[in-house]
Amino acid sequence: MRFLFKTDYAQDLQLFKHSGQVFWYGLLSAILLAAPYLAGEYVMSQLHFICIYSIVGLGLMLLVGFTGQISLGHAAFLAVGAYTEALLQARGVPFFISLPVAALLSGALGWVLGLPALRLKGIYLAIATLAFNVIVEEVIARWEGLTGGNSGLHLKPVELFGMRFDGEASFYYLCLGLTALSILALMNLLRSPTGRAFVAIRDSEISASCLGVNLATYKTLSFALSAAFTGIGGALYAHKVSFISPEQFTLLQSIELVTIVILGGVGFVHGAVLGAAFLIVLPQLISIAKDYLPSNVAGSGLQAVVFGLVLILFIIFEPHGLYGRWLKVRTWLELFPFYRRGMFRRQKSYMKSERLR
Amino acid sequence: MLQLLLAGVAQGCVYALVALGFVLIYKATETVNFAQGDLMMLGGFFALTASVIMGWPYWATILFAVAAMVAVGMLIERVVLRPVLGQPAFTVVMITIGVGYVLRGAVTMVPGWGSDTYTFPTPFSEGTFKLGGVIFAVQQVAVIVMTAALVAALFVFFRYSKLGVAMQATSQNQLAAAYMGIPVRRVNMMIWGLSAGVAAFAGILLAPMTFVHSNMGFIGLKAFPAAVVGGFGSVPGAIVGGLIIGLVEALAGRYLPEGFKDVAAYVVVLAVLMIRPSGIFGETARKKV
Repeated sequence: MRFLFKTDYAQDLQLFKHSGQVFWYGLLSAILLAAPYLAGEYVMSQLHFICIYSIVGLGLMLLVGFTGQISLGHAAFLAVGAYTEALLQARGVPFFISLPVAALLSGALGWVLGLPALRLKGIYLAIATLAFNVIVEEVIARWEGLTGGNSGLHLKPVELFGMRFDGEASFYYLCLGLTALSILALMNLLRSPTGRAFVAIRDSEISASCLGVNLATYKTLSFALSAAFTGIGGALYAHKVSFISPEQFTLLQSIELVTIVILGGVGFVHGAVLGAAFLIVLPQLISIAKDYLPSNVAGSGLQAVVFGLVLILFIIFEPHGLYGRWLKVRTWLELFPFYRRGMFRRQKSYMKSERLR
Repeated sequence: MLQLLLAGVAQGCVYALVALGFVLIYKATETVNFAQGDLMMLGGFFALTASVIMGWPYWATILFAVAAMVAVGMLIERVVLRPVLGQPAFTVVMITIGVGYVLRGAVTMVPGWGSDTYTFPTPFSEGTFKLGGVIFAVQQVAVIVMTAALVAALFVFFRYSKLGVAMQATSQNQLAAAYMGIPVRRVNMMIWGLSAGVAAFAGILLAPMTFVHSNMGFIGLKAFPAAVVGGFGSVPGAIVGGLIIGLVEALAGRYLPEGFKDVAAYVVVLAVLMIRPSGIFGETARKKV
């Protein structure tokens, strides 16, 4: 076990708390950079998706995990990012302009969605975002002049400064680089006053506003930033699947995106990446398991059942998600014979009502 | 025109019943059950089994499906929701979404149900009758009448029965109800049973209109707007909200360009949330520090 003695206030702000972290993250980066030389084409394709979903997960983590707002409408931002990228690319706009524009447009839309969030809380906010998602999906399907309607749009590979990112490896490095930048951006945001304001809002809106946090500004800002991350993810997603249509951005997609955050661990930056990886790997595991199951069980419904069960079991038994599980394992190892069962136990209580009676 | 309104009201009745299920659970436990539509789907499948495979009469079908779903609802509350009682709303929402996934997937695995689409026979066949120059479809009138009967029965239950009063008390203040000697957890379980029973009823009424299949539950997503428009914590609000959404949809499908019908409900709900976030019948209490 390592004891940190802080001798300087600057140490509180360091991204890496100690040299051990530098070593392990360095090793991880080295493995990820070497991945194209180690892994096959199929694994690389999955890694693309993990990177893309990680970026989206980071955006959602900012909103759900750090600001405490609910969104069941993030597929709409994914769609806006994807369609902006597709349309700009078709008009010959270079990638280094179209990607920020995709992020900006999504962010602007997120700001719009953030406006009702000022008045709505909890479940009402969930339903407002749900309605927003359905409306955006329908608008995309009906605005045939711009979006091609239900017949969708095709995309060419990314082209940047004369380089074509059409190979497995080159596109992987693009996704990986953007994921790393997103993580850094989020980490930096979270240790800034803005990020601390977000966390204050999550923990208690009333005390945050008493401490001078402007709820209106920061809630809409959180929605906008979250949507911008999702928009970047959407642009990459569009390039990855190279064909986009409205039925890829339904409510079910939104729910899947939220499960990234839940399964990874609400309130941990690591959780977004772990959750994304889990969400991508799960269908592969299911398709392997299908070979060993009787035919009427291994039908189309198996994936839904496993997905639902995983969600339920995680929420009941591991509410801090995969990263929370890792924290427990690490604490157990660090404290070795002194770990107690109740160290992470949740407090049971009667419902704290949001209504006034 | 009147016919259009009638169709809208009939559709609205189904929304209202699903919304009623939401409201019952929300009032009692402050959780929103995203699996309500899927409970309705399961109720539809139970009814299908009773009427088609076992050949029971219509009333026995209803009894069987409702009884089975009450049991399922109570089981879900006991196994899945009680462990997370008192957790933040978001957690509970996600867990009910998980329940919905499981139900939707599990139905396709049951032998004899599968992922096919079934028609559901009713004693009120496709007939129509004329009254004062307007053609009424028997099917739609039956839906409206049965909804009215169920709502009346629920009203009597909540007003006069001991359990109904206990449920009201629980939904107003759990702690106070517990002090008064009401077994809050058991009442919560019964409310889930009641809500699932109502969902089964809605499923039976909807089945002849849309057929029975495993994705039938997505209509539950239309019932959200209904519940919100009426006010999430209000039983009469759920009924009125359901009727409003049904009518708006029918009118939008008739007078607005194609595509508006599917979105109309959501546009209405966004408008209501902007203007009056607690819905038409919702209470507007303020939290004071």
